Amino acid sequence: MQKKVGVSDLIAIEVRDLVKSYGSFCAIKGISFEVNKGEIFGLIGPNGAGKTTTLRVLATLLQITSGQVKVFGHDLEREADDIRKIISYLPEDAGAYKNLTGRNYLEFIAAFFGNGRRVEEIVRKGVEIADLAERINDKVETYSKGMTRRLLVARALMIEPKLAILDELTSGLDVLNSQEIRKLAKKTSSEGTTILLSSHNMLEVELLCDRIALMNNGKIVEIGTPEELKKKYDCENIEEVFVKVVA
Amino acid sequence: MKSVTNIIKKEVKELLTPAALVPIILMAAIFGSLGNIIGGAGDEAARPPVIGVIDQDGSALSTAAFQTLNKSAIVVYNGSSVSEGLTVLDEREGVALIMIPSDFSERITNNQTGELQVIWIMKGAGIMDSLSSTSVDLILQLACSSVSKVLIDQHSSVNSSVILNPAVKSETTIFRGKEMAGISPGAIAGFLSQQAFVVPLIVLMVIIMAGSMVISSMGTEKENKTLETLLTLPVRRSSIVFGKLAGSAIVGLILAIIYMVGLGYYTTSITAGGPIDLSRYGLTLDALDYVLVGISLFLGLLSALALCMLLGIFAKNYKSAQTLTMPITLLAMIPMFAVMMLDFNTMPLVGQVLLFAIPFTHPMMAIRSLMFDDYTLVVGGIVYEAAFAFVTMAIAVWAFRKDILLTGRLRKGGERPLNPIWRALFKMNRMRPR
Repeated sequence: MQKKVGVSDLIAIEVRDLVKSYGSFCAIKGISFEVNKGEIFGLIGPNGAGKTTTLRVLATLLQITSGQVKVFGHDLEREADDIRKIISYLPEDAGAYKNLTGRNYLEFIAAFFGNGRRVEEIVRKGVEIADLAERINDKVETYSKGMTRRLLVARALMIEPKLAILDELTSGLDVLNSQEIRKLAKKTSSEGTTILLSSHNMLEVELLCDRIALMNNGKIVEIGTPEELKKKYDCENIEEVFVKVVA
Repeated sequence: MKSVTNIIKKEVKELLTPAALVPIILMAAIFGSLGNIIGGAGDEAARPPVIGVIDQDGSALSTAAFQTLNKSAIVVYNGSSVSEGLTVLDEREGVALIMIPSDFSERITNNQTGELQVIWIMKGAGIMDSLSSTSVDLILQLACSSVSKVLIDQHSSVNSSVILNPAVKSETTIFRGKEMAGISPGAIAGFLSQQAFVVPLIVLMVIIMAGSMVISSMGTEKENKTLETLLTLPVRRSSIVFGKLAGSAIVGLILAIIYMVGLGYYTTSITAGGPIDLSRYGLTLDALDYVLVGISLFLGLLSALALCMLLGIFAKNYKSAQTLTMPITLLAMIPMFAVMMLDFNTMPLVGQVLLFAIPFTHPMMAIRSLMFDDYTLVVGGIVYEAAFAFVTMAIAVWAFRKDILLTGRLRKGGERPLNPIWRALFKMNRMRPR
C-alpha cells in the first residue's frame, strides 16, 4: 500500500509570524513563509532588511521573540539540537581556522557528523567540492579570499545537509568563482538538499532561485518565483521589481 | 587653526573612550587603596615600638640602657619572667622582649662585650611588617650609646673599643609558633620577600598568558565567524565551553608545570643555598605542599580561564579582545602587590576578605602559607577557587546558550534595558546587533 504524502511532508521550512527584537529595535516584524523540500529559496533585500537575522534564527543561532519556526518538522525552540544535525550554515564573510590546513579543517568539521569511514567519505566529498588541488594541504592562512570561500562552501555542502543556509553565497568572489559556486549550489539542490540563501545581489538570486522573498525593513514585501514577480510588476528583472514594490 | 581644532576634537573623542578610561580609573583606585594600607603600616612603624624589658643585672650600666629604652619605646612589661613578658607583649601587640642578663656590667667592666638578648615577636612576613623591628634596632643602638656615655662619665678604665661598642645583640625570633634562634625578623622577611616578589609575578604572568589565550580565541572566532559555524554544528553548547576551557587549561597546565619546575629549583636554592638555611627552622615544602601549590595554581588558572571566557563573550574581534584582558590583569595585580608588601594574617579584615575573594590570591600566597604550615588558609583557598571556577563556568555555559553571545542582548525579545555593567562592557567594545 502506498503511503499518502501530505502537504507538510513536502515542506522543509515553515515560518509563521516570526518576530525578532533586540530590545526596542525590531529586526524582523512578523514574517511568514514556507520553503519546499529540494527548493532553492532566496531572501533578497537591501542591507539591514533582516535577511541575515532571519538566517541566523533558522540556523539556531538566535532565539525567537515570537512566532513559530519548523525545520523539517522540528520546532526551532524545542528541538534546536535535532535541527543542528540536519542543517549547514554558511555565514557571510566567514573564515576558517587559519592554523589548520584546508584538509584538517574539513576533517575537524566532518568529525561532528560521523566516525571512521563516514568521516573519510565526508572529507573526500569536501576536497572534491573545494577543488583546491594540492593547496588543500596548505594552511588556510595562505589562501586567497576566493579559495577560503570555496573551502567554506565545501564545508557547508560536504555533509549533504537536508537544509543548507547560505548567507551571501558569493560574497567577495570574482565573476568566475561566483559562477562556479552558483553551479555547485544548483547541483547540490538537484541532489536533494534544500537551500535557503540570502543576497543583496538580485541578479544572482534571479539566476539561482526557484522562489524568492523580497525583504525590506524587517518585512517580506513580496514572494513568488522570479518569473511570476517580473510578470506581476511588468519588469525586466528582479531589481526593478524590488524598486517598484518598495516604492 | 580650525582644521587643527577639528582634528584634535576627533582624536580626543576617539581616544577618550570608556575602554581607555575605566582601566586607568580602576588602576588609580587600586594604587590609592594600596597606598593607604602601606601608609598605615608606615605610620605604625613611625610610632614608638611596644617592647618589654627584663633587667636581670640591676647595675648603673643596665639602668642607663633601660632608661633609654623606656624613653624611646613604650615599655609594657618590666619584670623578671620571660613567659609572662611574652604573654603581655602578645596582648599589647609588642614587637620585642629585651633581656639584660645578670652579667651585663660585669662583662663590660672586664673588657668583654656585654650581651643584649632580644626575643622578637614577628607578626607578619610582609616587607611592611618588618619595619617595627628596624626601629627597635635603632633604639638598641641608642641604649648602647647611653652605656658608653656612663662609662665615659665614670672615667672607666675599660678598653676604648668596648666603650665604643659595649654590647652586642643576640636574637631569637618567634613567628607563627616557630622559635628561630640566631635570626632576626628582617632576615626572615628579607628571604621571604625574594619569594614574595617572584612567585606572585610568575602567577600573574601565567594568568595573563593563559587568560589572553581564551579571550583572543573568542575574539578571533568572532572576527572570523568561525564561532557562528561552531554554534550551528551538532554539538552541545556546554561541550563547546568545556572544550575551549579544557584546551586552554591544558596549555595553562603546561605553563604551570614549567612554573613549578622552575619554582622547585628556586625554593631549593633559597632555603638551602642561601646564607641562612631556612630548612633548619622547618621552613621547607614537602611533596604534599607542592601538590597543594599545584592544585591551587591549576584552580586559579581555571578560574581565570572561566572569567576570561565570560569576558570573551564581549569581544567583537581580536583587537577588542586584547582590551578585555585588562580587567583580569588588574584583578591579578591587586593580590600581587598586596602579597609583595603585606602579610595576609596581619591585614585588616576588609583587606583579607577582598583578597580572599580574588581567586588568584591563593596560588600567590600558597607557598608562604605552607612554609608556616597554615593549611587552613591554603585548603580553604582551594575550596573557594574550585567553587568560583564552577560557578563562573556555569555562567559561561548559560551565556553560550543565549543571543548575548552574538548580539549582546540578554533578554528574549528584551523590552527591558540592559544591566549597566553589561551595557558598559558592550559600549567598551562598541558591539551592535546586526
